[in-house]
Amino acid sequence: MRQSTLGKKVVNYTMFALTGACVIFAVGVLFFILGYLVYNGGKSLSISFFTQLPAPVGETGGGMANAILGSGKVLLLATAIGIPVGFLGGVYLSEYSQHTSAFVIRYVTDLLNGVPSIVIGIVVYGLVVARMGHYSTFAGGVALGIMMIPISVRSTDEFLHAVPQSLREASLALGAPKWKTIVRVVIPAAMRGIISGTMLDLARVAGETAPLLFTALGNQFWSSGWNAPTATLPVMIYNYATGPYDDWHRQAWAAGFVLLTLVLLINVTARLALSRGTYVPRG
Amino acid sequence: MSSIPISSKRALPRGRARSFYGRLRAGEELAYAIAATAGASILVITGLILFELYAQSDLSRAKFGWRFLITSVWDPVAGQFGALPFIYGTVVTSILALIIAIPLGLGAAIFLAEMAPARISNALTFLIELLAAVPSVVYGLLGIFILVPFLRDSVVPKIKPALGNLPIFNGPFYGVSVFSASVVLSIMIVPFIISVSREVLLAVARDQREASLALGASQWQTVWRVVLPNASTGIVGSIFLSLARALGETMAVTMVIGNTPQIKASLLAPGYTIAAVIANEFGETSGDLYRSALIQLGLVLFGVTFVINGVARILILTTSGKGAHS
Amino acid sequence: MKKQVLCLTIGLAVASSAGIAALSVTGAGATFPYPIYSKWFNEYHKLHGDIDINYQSIGSGGGIKNVTDGTVDFGASDGPMNDQQIADYKQKHGFEILHFPTVLGAVVPSYNIPGVTAELNFTPEALAGIYLGKITKWNDPAIADANKGVNLPANDIVVVHRSDGSGTTYCWVDYLSKVSPEWKQKVGVSTSVNWPVGLGGSKNEGVSGLVKQTPNSLGYVELIFAIQNKLPYGKVRNTSGTFVKADLATVTAAASGAAKNMPADFRVSITNAPGKEAYPISTFTWLLVPSQIKDPAKKTAIREFLTWMLGPGQKMATALDYAELPAPVVAQEKKALAKVQ
Repeated sequence: MRQSTLGKKVVNYTMFALTGACVIFAVGVLFFILGYLVYNGGKSLSISFFTQLPAPVGETGGGMANAILGSGKVLLLATAIGIPVGFLGGVYLSEYSQHTSAFVIRYVTDLLNGVPSIVIGIVVYGLVVARMGHYSTFAGGVALGIMMIPISVRSTDEFLHAVPQSLREASLALGAPKWKTIVRVVIPAAMRGIISGTMLDLARVAGETAPLLFTALGNQFWSSGWNAPTATLPVMIYNYATGPYDDWHRQAWAAGFVLLTLVLLINVTARLALSRGTYVPRG
Repeated sequence: MSSIPISSKRALPRGRARSFYGRLRAGEELAYAIAATAGASILVITGLILFELYAQSDLSRAKFGWRFLITSVWDPVAGQFGALPFIYGTVVTSILALIIAIPLGLGAAIFLAEMAPARISNALTFLIELLAAVPSVVYGLLGIFILVPFLRDSVVPKIKPALGNLPIFNGPFYGVSVFSASVVLSIMIVPFIISVSREVLLAVARDQREASLALGASQWQTVWRVVLPNASTGIVGSIFLSLARALGETMAVTMVIGNTPQIKASLLAPGYTIAAVIANEFGETSGDLYRSALIQLGLVLFGVTFVINGVARILILTTSGKGAHS
Repeated sequence: MKKQVLCLTIGLAVASSAGIAALSVTGAGATFPYPIYSKWFNEYHKLHGDIDINYQSIGSGGGIKNVTDGTVDFGASDGPMNDQQIADYKQKHGFEILHFPTVLGAVVPSYNIPGVTAELNFTPEALAGIYLGKITKWNDPAIADANKGVNLPANDIVVVHRSDGSGTTYCWVDYLSKVSPEWKQKVGVSTSVNWPVGLGGSKNEGVSGLVKQTPNSLGYVELIFAIQNKLPYGKVRNTSGTFVKADLATVTAAASGAAKNMPADFRVSITNAPGKEAYPISTFTWLLVPSQIKDPAKKTAIREFLTWMLGPGQKMATALDYAELPAPVVAQEKKALAKVQ
C-alpha cells in the first residue's frame, strides 16, 4: 500500500479544520445564546422587574417579583424532597446494598430519570392536585423534587464510590460502627462532589417548565404559604413569549436572562469546584 | 475530618458478630433502615408513576387498544383519538435533529478528544457542557424570536427554489414547522453527543492509537480507522441518549412546531409531538376519555424513552469502562 | 454548612411570610375576557387588599375541566357548558354549577396581509370556506368580490386557529355551523374541534401572536386582542346583509334579543343574531360558580365580587372594548346571586 504523504497530510489538516469548525460552531452557539440574552434581556431589566407584580393584561410595566419568589419556593421544596431521598438512596446503593438490590434500585432510578418531564407533571396533577383539590406550590415542589431524585442518587453513589475503600477499612478497624464510618468518614470525603452534584441537579430542575404547568399553575399576585398556586419564572417566560404583547416579549427576555444567569452561575460554580480532582457524572 | 471515637463499650467483641441489640444500640439498624427506606421510596415513587399512567389511561386503552398507535384521527368532539400524528411528529423531529447534530457533535468530539491539546480540550468541553444547562424554555424563546424569523426570511427562501420540488421541502413555509423544531432540538442535543462521545473516545486504549501511528498512519487515519471503530458502540450509545432526550422535549418544541396534528411529507409543514400535545391540551380535557387518551399518549412516550434509554446505557457502559456499576 | 443552613432558614422565613393574611381565591378559564378580568381582579384587590382573586387564563376548556375537577374555586368560559358537562358536574359534586354572564365580547377575523391595510369584508361563505380549507388564496373570488377596490395578493391563506380548548373557538364554530351546513356536519361545535386546516396557537394570546408574526395569516381572536396588538380585523356580513364591524354598539345590538328572553341558567348563544346593527360573531362570557361553596370566607368573597362586578365593574368593560351586560340581564343576575350558597 503506497499512499502519498502529501495526500495524508492534506486529509489530516482538512479534517482538523473541519472538526475544529464543529467545535467553534458549538461554542459559538453558546456565546450567541448568551450574547442575545444579555443584550435583549439586559436592556429590558430594571428594578421594577424584581420588585413589582405583573401588570393587568395589555398594560405595560410591572414585573415578575412574585415569579422569582415562587420559583425560589418551589425549588426550595423540591430540594427538600428530592435531595434527602436521592442522597440517602445513594448512600444505600453505595454502602449497604447487595448485588440484587443494587441492580434493582439502579435500574428503577434510571427508569425514573427517563420519565419525560411533562409526564411527571400530569402524574403529579392526578396524585396531588386532584386529591388536594387545588393547584399549589407544594404540588410544584413535589413534581420537581421527583425529577431531582435520580440525578441525586447517581451522583451521590458515584462520589461515595470514589472514596477509597482504605478509608472505610481504617475507620472500621479503629472500632467505629459502620454508620459512623459512613457519616463521619466517607460522606465528608465525598462532600464536595456531592454538594456540586446537588447544585447541578438544582440548576437542571430550575429551568423546568412542563412539570409546573399543571401543578403550580400561576398567580398574578403573591402566593401565600405552600397551598396556593404560584407564578414561576419558566412558566412566565413561556406565557409571555407565546403571547402577542410587545411588553410581554420584553419581559420574557428579561426573565430568560435572569433564569439563564442563575442556572449558568450554579453550573459554573459547581463544575469548577468539581474539576479540581473528582469526576463529573453525566446528567 | 473528624476524629473517630474509640469506645471500649462499643468495641467489637472479638471474633463474634455483634448481637442485634448491640447493633441497634450502636445505631446500625437505624442507619440501615433510613437508607433502605430512601432506596425503597424510590421504588415506590416510580411504581406510583407507572401505576398512575396505566390506571388513568384505562378508558382510552379499553376503547382503542393497540389501534391507538396507528390511527391518525384526533377529534375531541367525536371522541376519536389516535396517536399516529404525534408519534410521527415526535419521531421525525427527533431523527432530523439527530441527522443535524451527529456530524456536528461527532466532529467536535473528535477534535476535542484527539486533536486538541488537553487544556484547550478541557476548557472547550467545559463551555460546551454549559450549553446542556440552558433551560428548554430559553431555547424556545430564542426559537420563536430568532430562529423562526431567520429561517422564514433568510434560509428557506434561498433553499426553496433549489429544493422546492422535493417532497420534503414542498409546500408553504410559515416559520413554525417540523423543520424549525428539528433545528432547535439539534442544538439542544449536540452538547450531549459531544460530551459523551468525547469520553468514549478518550476511553479507547492508548496503545491502539500508538500502534496505528507506529505503522505510519496519519492522525486522522488513526482516528477514522482505529479509534472510531473501537468507540463506535459508545458513540451509538450517546446517540441513543440524545434521542431519548429529544423525544421527551416539550417546551422548546411546542413553541416552534406549529401545533397541528397532521402527517405531511414536507418538513416545512407544521406538526405536533406527543409531549407538545400533552402540554397544550391536558389542562382542559373535558371528559374522561379525552384525558385518558392524553395519558395513554404519555404512557407511549414513556415506553419509547425507556427502551431507548436502556439501550443507550448498555451501549455506553460496555465501552467507556465505567464498569464500577452493575 | 452553617452558611447553607442560614440561607435556608432565611429563605423559609421570607417564603412563608410573603403574603400573610390574604384570602386567596383561584379561578381559571377563558382567555377571551382575560384583559377585563385581570383588570377587574387587580382593581378589586386595590379595594379589598386582603382578598387575592387569582385568575389564570388557560382557555375555556381548562376552565370547565378545572371547575369540574374542583381544583379551582370558579371557572370561566365563553362556551357555555353543554348538558352533558352540567350533568357530569352535578353527578360529581352533588350540586349545580351556575353560569354568571360577565361581559359581552366579539370574535373578529384578524389578518396580516403584507401590503393590505384596508378593512376587509368577509361573507359567511368566505369564512366557512377558508376554515374548511376550500378557499386557499387571498384573491379568491369569494373574498375579492366583497372587497372590490382592494388589491388582494395571490398568496396562500395561512389559517390560524386555537390549539387548546377554547370558548372563543366555541363562539367561532357556533357561528360557522349556523351559516354553513357543511361545517356543522363535518366539524361541529365544541371548545375543541378537529380542524380541517390551519396552524394552532395556544390561547387568544397565542393566536394573536401567530397572526402578528406570520404573513398572509387569518386568525379569529377576541376583539380587544386585535386592538391591543394593532392587528387589522375585518367586517362580517350579518343576517340583514350588512357588513358590520365589531364594536360596543354592534355587540350590544346582538345581545338585545337575548336580553329580553334570557333563560334562567343564562346559557344562550347570540351568534348570527337578527338585527341590522348586530355583529354576528358575538358572545356572552360566563363565570362558572359552584352553587355550594364550603369555605364561608371564599363564598362571601365570590358573592361580593360578583355584586361589584355587576355594578362598578361593568363600567370598566367599555374601556377595554367589551360591551356591558344589558340592564335586564344584570337585574336577573343579581337575583340569581342568591343561588350561591
